[in-house]
Amino acid sequence: MTGQRARFRRRQTILRRVVVTVVLVFFFVPFYGMLDFTTKNLATGGRSLQTWKTLLDFGEIGSTYPDLKSGFIASVLLAILTPAIMLMLLVPTMTWVRLRLPGLSRTLEFICLLPLTVPAIVLVVGLTPIYAWVTYFFGGATVWLCFAYVILVLPYAYRALDTGLRAIDVRTLAEAARSLGAGWGTVMWRIILPNLRTAVLSASFLAVALTLGEFTIANLFSRTNLQVAMFLVGKSDAQISVAVAFLALVFAFVVLFAMSFVGSGKAGTSVFARLRRTKKETA
Amino acid sequence: MADAQRGGAHRRLRPSGALLGVVPFFAYVTIFLLIPTLVVLIGAFVSDGAITLGNINALWEPAVVTALWQSVFLSAVTSLIGAVVGALLAYALSTARPDGTLKKLVTSLCGVLAQFGGVALAFAFLATFGAGAIVPTLLHEIGIGSGNSGLWIYEWNQGLLLVYLYFQIPLMLIVFLPAVEGLKPQWREATETLGGSTLLYWRKVAGPILMPSFIGALLLLFTNAFSAYATAAALVSQGSPLLPLQIGGTFTSEVVLGQANVGKAMALEMMVVVGVVMVIYAILDRRASKWLVR
Repeated sequence: MTGQRARFRRRQTILRRVVVTVVLVFFFVPFYGMLDFTTKNLATGGRSLQTWKTLLDFGEIGSTYPDLKSGFIASVLLAILTPAIMLMLLVPTMTWVRLRLPGLSRTLEFICLLPLTVPAIVLVVGLTPIYAWVTYFFGGATVWLCFAYVILVLPYAYRALDTGLRAIDVRTLAEAARSLGAGWGTVMWRIILPNLRTAVLSASFLAVALTLGEFTIANLFSRTNLQVAMFLVGKSDAQISVAVAFLALVFAFVVLFAMSFVGSGKAGTSVFARLRRTKKETA
Repeated sequence: MADAQRGGAHRRLRPSGALLGVVPFFAYVTIFLLIPTLVVLIGAFVSDGAITLGNINALWEPAVVTALWQSVFLSAVTSLIGAVVGALLAYALSTARPDGTLKKLVTSLCGVLAQFGGVALAFAFLATFGAGAIVPTLLHEIGIGSGNSGLWIYEWNQGLLLVYLYFQIPLMLIVFLPAVEGLKPQWREATETLGGSTLLYWRKVAGPILMPSFIGALLLLFTNAFSAYATAAALVSQGSPLLPLQIGGTFTSEVVLGQANVGKAMALEMMVVVGVVMVIYAILDRRASKWLVR
């Protein structure tokens, strides 16, 4: 029996190595291709680091590719505003519904998961008249896309925060704080929020990720965020835009890889577990 | 259903103004989610202020029908290939050490490709498979092709299909890995104790348990590909071979009058397809969670 087990394990290991290697090679080929393409000297056919030197020279980037600069700034602002609005809306509402309006919880869940059945491209169509008003009130800056992005991140953020709220006894905590004389504001800030730290972090992280990668809405509303800038620059200077794309992907990978170590303490608290659960449970 | 529940909430509440606490949230989602959804639903049946079926009829125009068919075809093919390869990868990875670096590396990479892809992925693809790029050149050196990849990379059923796999396979891994990890080793041991072979285990035990999860993940992959816009928009520069691109087209070409409302009809068509798939997915997912305790 033990011999059989050992043979089985060996076969499993071989299968794992073969499959993982083949798929990883498939995934890494484009990364290699990007490095190869950006270090090409298109004029002479040799190798050159010119593209990367240009990219690291922030002053020149700003003047030669104004789109890239403004898109980058807009994306950074969006990555701050979107999670902020999302948290300000969701955390108090979800806590409040748990404490005082439990009958509303199904409605809240339904609304928060609704964006999953509305693809971004469909949302753009419906948002057109709304954004005419947004432009009227706030002006046409790219930053105001944050209102639409909050809707896009709603399902993921809801799932993350819901898991967090499930894990703590909101009612007891709130009642304890209230009986010691705390107002609702104090309960939110000093009791609920600190207890939700992990959930808030992963919800924000998902919001940042989604915001930095968003293209559809920004492009169709003709606003320049990082992705749109990459797209626009790609039309005139392919090497620069490929280099930016490479940096964006590698940056995202490093962040996710680092996060997977942070979240591995408790099973099911990592962002991936969250993400998987979100994808799996919702419909 | 929602109304009945809300009524229930009212009855249980003292009239203390507790509802005021949820006003900001509901106001926000009304403006930025519910009204836009209604705009699409109603706008699909309205043209120049009058109720009409003209927009819906426009869905039967050859260009739109072709786009829908090609979208469905592309989504179906990429979700099938993505699901099979992704499931295999998920199984292979589930046999690795649970906290090992390999697993973290692969899941992180897949997270990036599945979520951040979009435009960056399209550029990566062009830089790798485009004319004079690394892959065609390598293939040429070993005697395949001319070194110039030609125009196939811009075709929706060739280049686009390949690049979609770069986010479909990773998504499958992320979605399906928990299901494979939920397979208990005891089930396999029990099969072996009773004299069953590996083949029998997969056919009679693991297969049926994983099947609902697999189909569910497949459907999720389908909607994912069906609603993807960024990659296709960055790669396809001529024509609008896919439904999302057709909808995007109604934004840029304001030449044809009433085109905007045809866009709403197409958006409605997309919502219907995604909605149907999501409902099937919800039903299957309920079945899938019977065996797999998460």
